[in-house]
Amino acid sequence: MNVGVIRYGAGNIDSVVRALEVCGATPLVIDDAALLDTVGAIVLPGVGAFGHGMAALRERGFIEALQSEVLGNEIPFLGICLGMQLLATRGEEGPERWHDGLGWIEGDVSRLPADERVPHVGWNEVYPADTDGGDALMRGIDPGRDFYFVHSYRVVPDDAAAWAASTPYGAPFCSAVVREHIWGVQFHPEKSQSAGFEVLKNFLEAAC
Amino acid sequence: MLKTRIMPTLLYRGSGLVKGVGFDAWRTVGAALQAVRVYNLRQVDELVFLDIDATREGRAPDYGLIDDLADDCFMPLTVGGGIRSVEHVKRLLEVGADKVSIGSAAIEVEGLVANVADRFGAQCVVASVDVRSTPEGWRVARRSGTCPTDLCPIEWSRRLEAEGAGEILLTSVERDGTMQGYDVELCRAVSDAVGIPVIASGGAGCTDHVRAVLREGNASAAAMASVFHFTELTPLEIKAELRGDGFPMRSSSLW
Repeated sequence: MNVGVIRYGAGNIDSVVRALEVCGATPLVIDDAALLDTVGAIVLPGVGAFGHGMAALRERGFIEALQSEVLGNEIPFLGICLGMQLLATRGEEGPERWHDGLGWIEGDVSRLPADERVPHVGWNEVYPADTDGGDALMRGIDPGRDFYFVHSYRVVPDDAAAWAASTPYGAPFCSAVVREHIWGVQFHPEKSQSAGFEVLKNFLEAAC
Repeated sequence: MLKTRIMPTLLYRGSGLVKGVGFDAWRTVGAALQAVRVYNLRQVDELVFLDIDATREGRAPDYGLIDDLADDCFMPLTVGGGIRSVEHVKRLLEVGADKVSIGSAAIEVEGLVANVADRFGAQCVVASVDVRSTPEGWRVARRSGTCPTDLCPIEWSRRLEAEGAGEILLTSVERDGTMQGYDVELCRAVSDAVGIPVIASGGAGCTDHVRAVLREGNASAAAMASVFHFTELTPLEIKAELRGDGFPMRSSSLW
């Protein structure tokens, strides 16, 4: 399957492309929003600042193209790290500085509480919210499997039904979100070795 | 619970991997790509790859090399050596680095850490702090430990955190390569002074050393090189032993 990986100047694209190849997909790096309608699934990676990420998507015309493909044509979508955060209604950047997000998952993106060391860097446990395998993305992932995280902000969904997984760091935070065919993961499946490949394969299967 | 990371460090010089003692007396220890492949198979937690000549030779990072290494690296990769601009960081992230290590340039290039953190987020900035003991106390050294400064590593680490560093890679130059143990006191002093994770580096020779720097040095992670190059010990063996002591270690299909 052709999977579009959006390149918008927000970090490590190559690893996502390589991991998708290993999982049996045909990844296409998409620089041009006009080409987004040529793929069967879309991955939005990215690291860094929320405001910069949204501005970079907007400048390149990706916001309308994503809305049309993902919301309009129901193309399966996976946001990774910043790509998950951009799904939210709005994101914080510094005290009381907010930027609008894509708004596909209702909720805010805010800084992790300072009761633990921030950034949250390293391998931590992921507990799928739906343990019956109802959520296609996290299907077969044993509760407590370790994935790689590196982030300072996290999504706080308004609706508990949007939680696809949680991770304990101080209080548990939302480490994956779901809304029908739209998913986001705070961890890096492309850097989580076999556990990560399982999640990516689940996504590809769900997209078929 | 967040797991404690055991991170092999690969030092690159010219055309291959090297390891020295006290940032000197370098020995060749193998080929970079081969080492990355082995560590990938062994499912290590994270890799640190440092081009130790780039800054001194005034070279930019070798993007082609990192591109090749990253293709075989499905674990987090921190890349350092020769990074002096936001553009260098952008290109390294594009070819597959997950984080960048900035040492000399954090001292020499005004605002670099802040600019990189603004653009790509604090989480990808690993500030490298190399420390020598002097009669005046601990002092930061730059340019692979060759140029002394009058910076105190505790104050300097606090400043790096304020500027936007996401982690501190703290190396004791005197302990480096000796396999006599980390500078636990230094690690505790820096770790207790900052709210970001500190990666201890320099001196690991056995699991006891790692245990000490995690338990008494308050390190979030331990980096090491000689112990893997010159002894039979593997990252997994160290982790298995530490796990037995109750340290949180990543689950692995290799246990």
